[in-house]
Formats: sequence, C-alpha cells, structure tokens
Amino acid sequence: MLDVRALRKVYEGSGRRVEAVRDLTFTVDAGELVCLVGPSGCGKTTLLKCMGGLLSPTGGEVLLEGRRVSGPPPGMAFVFQEYGRSLFPWMRVGENVELPLKQKDLGKARRRELVRDALESVGLADAVGAYPWQLSGGMQQRVAIARALAYEPRVLLMDEPFAAVDAQTRADLEDLVRGLWRDRRITILFVTHDIDEAVYLGERVIVLSASPTVVREQLKVDLPAERDQLHTRVDPRFAELRTHVYEQIQAAKRGGVQDAVTKSDTPPPR
Amino acid sequence: MIARLLLKSLFVIALPVVLVVVWWAASAGSTDPFWPPLRTIVDTFPDVWTADRLRTDVVPSLLRLLAGYALAALVGVALGTVIGSYRAVRAVCEPVLEFLRAVPPPVLVPVIMLFAGIGDTMKIVVIASGCVWPVLLNTVEGVRAVDSVMLETARSYGVSGLARLRHLVLPSASPQIFAGLRQALSIGIILMVISEMFAANNGIGFTVVQFQRSFAIPDMWTGILVLGLLGFLLSVVFQLVERRVLGWYHGLRATTRRS
Amino acid sequence: MRNVALGAAGLAAFLALGEAVPRLGLVKEAYFPPTSRIASALGDELSDDAFWHALGDTLTGWALGLAIAVCAGVAAGVVVSVVPYLRAATASTIEFLRPIPSVALIPLAVLLYGTELRSVLLLVVYASFWQVLIQTLYGVQDVDPVAEETARSYGLGTWARVRHVLWPTALPYVMTGVRLAAAVALILAITAELVIGAPGLGQQIAVAQTSQAVPEMYALIVVAGLLGLIINVGARTVERWALAWHQSVRGEVAV
Repeated sequence: MLDVRALRKVYEGSGRRVEAVRDLTFTVDAGELVCLVGPSGCGKTTLLKCMGGLLSPTGGEVLLEGRRVSGPPPGMAFVFQEYGRSLFPWMRVGENVELPLKQKDLGKARRRELVRDALESVGLADAVGAYPWQLSGGMQQRVAIARALAYEPRVLLMDEPFAAVDAQTRADLEDLVRGLWRDRRITILFVTHDIDEAVYLGERVIVLSASPTVVREQLKVDLPAERDQLHTRVDPRFAELRTHVYEQIQAAKRGGVQDAVTKSDTPPPR
Repeated sequence: MIARLLLKSLFVIALPVVLVVVWWAASAGSTDPFWPPLRTIVDTFPDVWTADRLRTDVVPSLLRLLAGYALAALVGVALGTVIGSYRAVRAVCEPVLEFLRAVPPPVLVPVIMLFAGIGDTMKIVVIASGCVWPVLLNTVEGVRAVDSVMLETARSYGVSGLARLRHLVLPSASPQIFAGLRQALSIGIILMVISEMFAANNGIGFTVVQFQRSFAIPDMWTGILVLGLLGFLLSVVFQLVERRVLGWYHGLRATTRRS
Repeated sequence: MRNVALGAAGLAAFLALGEAVPRLGLVKEAYFPPTSRIASALGDELSDDAFWHALGDTLTGWALGLAIAVCAGVAAGVVVSVVPYLRAATASTIEFLRPIPSVALIPLAVLLYGTELRSVLLLVVYASFWQVLIQTLYGVQDVDPVAEETARSYGLGTWARVRHVLWPTALPYVMTGVRLAAAVALILAITAELVIGAPGLGQQIAVAQTSQAVPEMYALIVVAGLLGLIINVGARTVERWALAWHQSVRGEVAV
C-alpha cells in the first residue's frame, strides 16, 4: 500500500542547513497498523508530513499504491496532534466532520450518513451540534478522528495524536483506534513518542534513530490481536517488547548515525 | 435575584439621570446665548426634527453613510484578502498602504470635491475612501494570521481555492475584520458629517451648520443631540450584529479565559 | 532585507503611476497633477514661511490637545478604577458618550471660540480622551487580583498600591491608548483647521482648494500624510520602549 524509498529531507533556511531525515526506507501493507517511534526531535513529524504530501522530500519518494505522492493525495487522511488548532471553531462538530466530504462528489444524504456513522463510531453521536471548544480535549480529538474516518481514506496518518491528552483519556483513545482499525480494516501509520503506546497499538513497530534519521529497527509485535489496557500491559511478552524498544531508543539517543539498518522482521528470540 | 437585577439597573441609569438633572438645573435660568436651558432644547426638539426633516435630511445622510460604508467594506475585504494571502504582495504594498492610511481622512474632502463635485457621489466616495483603510489593513492582518495547523488541515483534505476562502480564511479572519469594520464606522460618521458641513444642500451635518450660521442656537443643540444619538444607535446596532456573527469567537474566548 | 526591497519597489511603482496616469490623460491633470508637479509644489512650500507657521500651529494644537487628553484620560481611568462602585456607575455613561462623533461639537466650537486654538483643542481633547480612558480601563482591569490582595495585606495604602501594582500592569495599555490618541488627535486637529478655519495645515489645504491651487493642495496633503506616518511610527516606537522598560519592572515585581 505505502512504499517509502530512501526518503530524505533537508531544511534550508537563514544560513542553516538541517538534515532532518537522512534515509528512510520501509513499506506498509494494506490493512496494517504500524507504529513509528523514536527519540524526540528525530523527524517523526517531518516523515509523516512527507508521506502525507504536506512537505516535499529533498530526496527519495513516497508511493501510495504505486503512485508517487507529490501533494496531499485523496485517500489519505491526517490527524494532527494539535486538535484545538485543527478543528474549525466557527463550525459545529457535524459541519467540521462534513467539510472534507464536500470536496468529494457525494450527495447531501450520503454526506450526512457518513458524518453520522463516523461520529457514532467514536461515541460522539449526540455532540453533532456542539462547537469544538465546548468539548473536552479528548472529545475534540475524537471529532478529528471522526472527520478522518468520514473521509473514508485508505490510509490514516496519525501524528502523535494523543500526546496532548491526559493518560486516562489516552487509554480510551488507544482502544478506540484499535477498535476502529479492526472494524474498518484501514491502513494506519501511527507516530508516537510513547513506547508503551507503540507496542500496545501496533502490529509492527518501526524504531527510528536520532536525527539525521534512518530506520534503526523494525519489530513485529506478536501479541494477540485482542488487546486490552488491563491485561495486555502486564503480559510478559509486552514487557519484553517494550524493554527492547526502550533500549533501542536509548541507544539511538546516545549513539550517532547508524548506517541504514533494517533488521529482519523476525522478533528477537524469547 | 430580583434585588440584584434592580441594583444592576440602578447602576446603569443612575449616573446618566444625575447628569441630565444637573444639566437641566444648571442651565435652567441661563441667559447665555450659547448655553440655552436644557428645557428649551427639549422643547425645540419636536419642532425641528419633524417627520418631514427626517425624510429630507436624516434619511439621505444615513443612506450615503450606508452606501459609502458598504463600498468600503467590500473593497477593503476583497483587496485585503488578496494582499494578505501573498507575502510578496504584502511586502510590495506595505509602505504605500502605511502612507495612505496615515493621511487624515477629512483632507480627502477637498480632493474628491475636485473630481466629483458636491453631490451625493462626492460624499459616498469620501466616506468610502476614509472607511476602507481600517477594513483593508485589518483584513490583511487577519488573513495573514490564519493558524498554520488549520491551513495544513485544509491542505491535507484537499480544501482549496474558493472553498478554502469561504470555510477557512474568511471565518478565521472575521474577528479582525470586524474590529476594522468598527473603526470604519466611527470614521464613516465623521466623514458623513464633515462632507455635509463642507459642501451640501441637505443632510444632518448641513442642517446643524445652517443652524449655527443663522444663530438658531437651541436648534443647533438639538442637532448635536441627534448626532450623538445617531452615533450611539449605530454603535448598538453594530454590536448586536457582531455578537451574532462572532458568537463562536466570544464563546471560544470565554472558554480559553476560563481554563 | 528582501521585504524592504519589495516595499521600495512598491513605493517607486506608486510614484511612477502617479506620474504616468495624469500625463497619459487617464485623469484630468487639473484634478490630479503628476507626481513631479506635486513634488515641486512641495519644494516651494518648504521654502515658504507661511507653511512652517501652519505646520507649527497644527503641531501645537496636536501636542497640547494630546497632553491634556492623556492626563485627563489616565487620571479619570485610575480614579474610576480605584474608587469602589464608580466603574459600574459610569459604565453606561461611557458607553453612551463614547460613540458620539466629535465632529458634532464643531458648530459649538465655532460659536464659542471661533477660529482660535481653543476650538481645535475642544475637538482634539474630546476625541483623544476616550481612547486613553478606554485603554486605561482595560489596563486596570488586567491587574492580577493576587498581586492586589498581597499588596493590601501588607498594608499598602491606596496611593502605594496604585504606584506598585496598578501602574506597572496598566502601563502597556496606557501606551496603546496614547498611540491611538496620537493618531486621532492629528486627524481631529487637521479636521478642525479644515472645517473651522483655525490656523494650521488643514486651513492651508482649504485655502489651496478654494483658490484652485491644486498641486499645492496635494503637496500639503502629502505633508499631512507624512506627519501622520511619523506620528504613527514614533508612537509605536515609544510604546515599544515603554514596554521594554515595563518588562524589566515586571521582572522586579514578580520577585
């Protein structure tokens, strides 16, 4: 579905040259839930924005279903971290969710239906007439997710969406995302700095190095498909995986640049 | 509950009532030609501002004001949106705009009189050319300051062009635009009166100046009161419209202030 | 740097347009002389004594009116805020008097003071006073209640509280008010001279218009615009300077 090949992004400006992303190569298959995790400042957001067509890469390319991404492609939806600045405060929740649909050639009835379904699946069916700023942070992020869902994308890109909500809300939202993924079979690329979240959510975790960023390791999460906050997080396998990822990230923060290393997909031995 | 409401109303009307009473009493026995008793002014009011005069003077003034104001609003918002949307255009226009907006609007009256004579067109152009600056400059500011995350959101969903203008840029800039419209209203009233004092054959400003020149002092005072009342009423109407259109903005500010 | 270059280019284009359009006959030269003619009229003005007198008169009216308005506005603002209940009592009156256009007072000014400086002052002070007052009231409203309570618990009298708590908080707002008032004061000063005929730039413009000295009229308007520009920029600089000073004071108070 998604193919990232030798992605490179260099920021130039006012005499400084910052190589944010050096060489990123990985693939995401249809229907996968992949988490990207890495030390702070390692260009996770840059990578995601390049994949979403919001930034143009300096080198390399991103392919969506074989076609090169050069601007935001239809079929991709982006959920931002700053939900307060992403939802439009002059529109009610229903109108916010409906807005991207107006670009597509759907009838009004179909749009309303999509909006209703999306809001129901995030549990906000009766907030349709409220203004975003009347809702709590967690609810606002749900609206943003509903907006992405109603758009019926093939790929959902999520940029640290739960970084700005409290821990309990985050737990609920994580379960929401996994539930939606299982129901709708969308491809999700989820960027986070929270290692536990990455292991809990993902089928596969891609660990990034420090800036200039390359792929440090890819890890298959062989936890059962049915996960819940209570039991999965005390599963010994969960602890092993998260420790491994944590070590990788610590090493990434300490060490310099590694050569483009893509370890195999097989998980470390028990 | 009722007591609180009564107390609040008391505060609202107390000082104005006291001031009016003081004015009435202080001027009661006045023989100064420039400061007639308030009583005389009040008595003269209905004689001066008859339904006829309302039709021949007040209505044309208001219509000119509305026409000039509407013109300025349209041009200001349209141009302001274009200038605010492109950084290069803004950089090019900025010095010229800063200069033009610094010219005191009333001096445009003699200039525009050259082009447009002394008829209605002249007044409407004068009002428009004075009102356009606050609207234009505030629109530029508002359009420039649209939140970057919102812009990216619109981009990611393919919302562009006219749809982006209608759903994102203009609503986002509207609080700033309304601030400009408010300033423009005060300027508009001033220009309406001045253009009529300078060169006209009807209108509120013209009438008041006529009274002053013919030393009809109580009549002149009624004219001053009418102008004051007009300013106040237009300001109230504006606030009502603004509260309606920018309801979302006030709600948003209230929640952020509380948190 | 690039912005400055673009801005200069825009200005140059504007002046060039001002030169070309009348010469090409797109507008009557009698109504809108080319830039070069205006520039030379401006040069003539600058060597004319009467011009400098008029400029001085305008600046006098502006400065004096502004000073009175600022003092009155700040004093009124502080008093209204400090005396209990006065704020609530005066709110409706302020809301009513504020939008009254100062030009309504023109006939009164003419009757009372004719073409003297005082009629200019009447208009300037009336209009500028409200700008300063409103901003001062905003500033006072912004005072941190915790700081106020702390000061009161330490037994600071009213005057001391005004000096150490109220004033530093309100100062940036007062400076904004002064900036707005400065612009308004210039507009009203020139308006008063234009309409009433008090001595100053405005009056010169009216004279130029009635005697059909069109390039001179435009030249004077350019001067008025430049004056406005200088006042705007100057006021913004003063505001920034006062804020910088204010920041350092705030630093101390916070400790």
